[in-house]
Amino acid sequence: MKFVEEYRDPELGKKLLERIHRRSHKPARLMEFCGGHTVAIFKHGIRQLLPGNIEMLSGPGCPVCVTASADLDRAIALADLPDVIVTSFGDMVRVPGSRSSLQQIKAEGADVRIVYSVQDALGIARGNPDKSVIFIGIGFETTAPTIAASVLQAEQEGINNYYVLSLHKVCPPIMKALLDLGEVRLDGIVCPGHVSAIIGSYPYQFIPDDYNIACAISGFEPLDILLAVDMLVEQIESGQPKIEIAYRRGVRPEGNVQAIRLMETVFEPAEANWRGIGTVPSSGLQFRPQYEKFDAGKQFDISPGPALEPKGCICGSILRGVSTPLECKLFRKTCTPENPVGPCMVSAEGSCATYYHYGDSHGR
Amino acid sequence: MEDKILLAHGSGGKLSHDLIESFLPDLANPILDRLDDSAVFEASGRLAFTTDSYTVNPIFFPGGDIGRLAVCGTVNDLSMSGAGPLYLSLSFIIEEGLPVAELKNILNSIREAADEAGVKIVTGDTKVVNQGTADKLFINTAGVGILPEGVDISASNARPGDIIIVSGNIGDHGIAVLSQREGLEFKVPVPSDCAPLNRLVAEMLTESSNIHCLRDPTRGGLATTLNDFATQSNIGINLEEDKVPVDKAVLAACELLGFDPLYIANEGKLVAVVAPADAERILDRMKQNKYGNRAAIIGDVVNVHPGQVVMKTSLGASRIVDMPVGELLPRIC
Repeated sequence: MKFVEEYRDPELGKKLLERIHRRSHKPARLMEFCGGHTVAIFKHGIRQLLPGNIEMLSGPGCPVCVTASADLDRAIALADLPDVIVTSFGDMVRVPGSRSSLQQIKAEGADVRIVYSVQDALGIARGNPDKSVIFIGIGFETTAPTIAASVLQAEQEGINNYYVLSLHKVCPPIMKALLDLGEVRLDGIVCPGHVSAIIGSYPYQFIPDDYNIACAISGFEPLDILLAVDMLVEQIESGQPKIEIAYRRGVRPEGNVQAIRLMETVFEPAEANWRGIGTVPSSGLQFRPQYEKFDAGKQFDISPGPALEPKGCICGSILRGVSTPLECKLFRKTCTPENPVGPCMVSAEGSCATYYHYGDSHGR
Repeated sequence: MEDKILLAHGSGGKLSHDLIESFLPDLANPILDRLDDSAVFEASGRLAFTTDSYTVNPIFFPGGDIGRLAVCGTVNDLSMSGAGPLYLSLSFIIEEGLPVAELKNILNSIREAADEAGVKIVTGDTKVVNQGTADKLFINTAGVGILPEGVDISASNARPGDIIIVSGNIGDHGIAVLSQREGLEFKVPVPSDCAPLNRLVAEMLTESSNIHCLRDPTRGGLATTLNDFATQSNIGINLEEDKVPVDKAVLAACELLGFDPLYIANEGKLVAVVAPADAERILDRMKQNKYGNRAAIIGDVVNVHPGQVVMKTSLGASRIVDMPVGELLPRIC
């Protein structure tokens, strides 16, 4: 538990900012992939401090936000089954689905429990052998290994009432999909921090190679982000895009081999449904056949009905970086953190919640 | 005596009687010892009266337990009006099956905290409920205190030009409790700051009669308290990130979990809004008290952006510090 303060040193931060101002001349449009980055950028006021030629866009890296309505409806339908306990990370419970939310059916009598980690869910399964305990598995490569570990642990302990609805998503394929859509012209990407701690830097190599876009992996402290922006500016100005790591204390180029192995033992790549983007090949994780007995998607019979998007909500185009929350007619009016219409206002890492809490009227 | 609390301990019969008798030596004082239906005492002047219920999970945490919390919380609520706390009530709602030894430990903490604050427990109640209908132990305390002549402290009294002081590092309690939650396996070398602040407040009041607002930033943290001041006084608050004292380990835990220390609960801190001419004197006096030795000036009251708290970040940018919404949840990504 050290090394936070040195990544907040205001003097170093000011030096980095000076260098960015000195070096950056070309117009540069950068996307920070993670919701956690967006929060940090707003919390420290970084957008206000960057030169006018640098534009920062928020990307889709918020696990709650990218969960499609159809998938949320499946989670809600599972919670509605008799003798089922649904366990979920907190923010997920408040996201409105097509017709209800986990929070709403909980109030109507369904057993929905918020957990802080997947270990809590496993504990609930141990303590309630007469119930089926389903964990709603959301998140990127950051959470998938721990959830895979919980499945292996359940198998080892012979826990037969534990299930996971795997809604996991993986980052590099969705980055490729966004770039292929071509809606947003990007010059650089602030690549995920915690995800990269697991997968390393190699999986992003296609971005500089095939798309000629600068990449820097960043942590979540202000200096991490400024260093990443500095690296991106250098790559853009020199016309030599590559993948660099501005988060050396968390990320090695090869990633966390053990965590990757865990993830690959239990899960295999599958297509996944992303809110606002649609179905993208190999961008999700499904159970391998030998672990199917833990797959809530296969073991329970549900028919959640057709999925509907909240009317007027533009979370989809916000997640693609095409729009900002300020362009949404509902923002700050009918859609607030107390009464969220779309997921980006629910999640603490959602762009809309971040703009709402920290941003000024110019989104800075 | 049994080693676990049984339903019968709350039935009003022999077991209840024995349990209460076993509490008494810990809490003894002439008002309580009469064991009548009401505590009877003399008081004169303006009284302050407050109540709070304590449902913390887990009931034991680094630096304290639910018993210490139940005394300090109510003592502090009285103190924040400027009152000197005198008497507390104490009610237990116990889940059947609670180990008696744990209850004894909590009673010890209650006695210690009451002695430290110089307050007496003068009336109480014990109920036992079926397993599953409460979470181990809930405690309610109410308290009365007397306001010194001329003291007028309220969240609506802040004026432009006033100085804002916090009594020490923020976020210790929330992070200490969170670190003990099942499933969040991280160890922080930071105990809860849970403490009675009445003596600190009394010392501040002897130093200056120009203390306009006082509040202990419990749930919702410093950000919520400052927003309350800004809204209720209809003034703006400027805060400086660099000046807000936060322990390094709390900062590290916050980075890990994706939390902002401004929103984390405290149980032994206060925020004061004071007249500018007296600020340095009050600050010096606070630093002499063990519960104020890391006190710091963190910002001031302004007559622009009424109702809003605006923070200058370490890097020199500025941002709004908003009210929190809902429960704090660790980041997923």
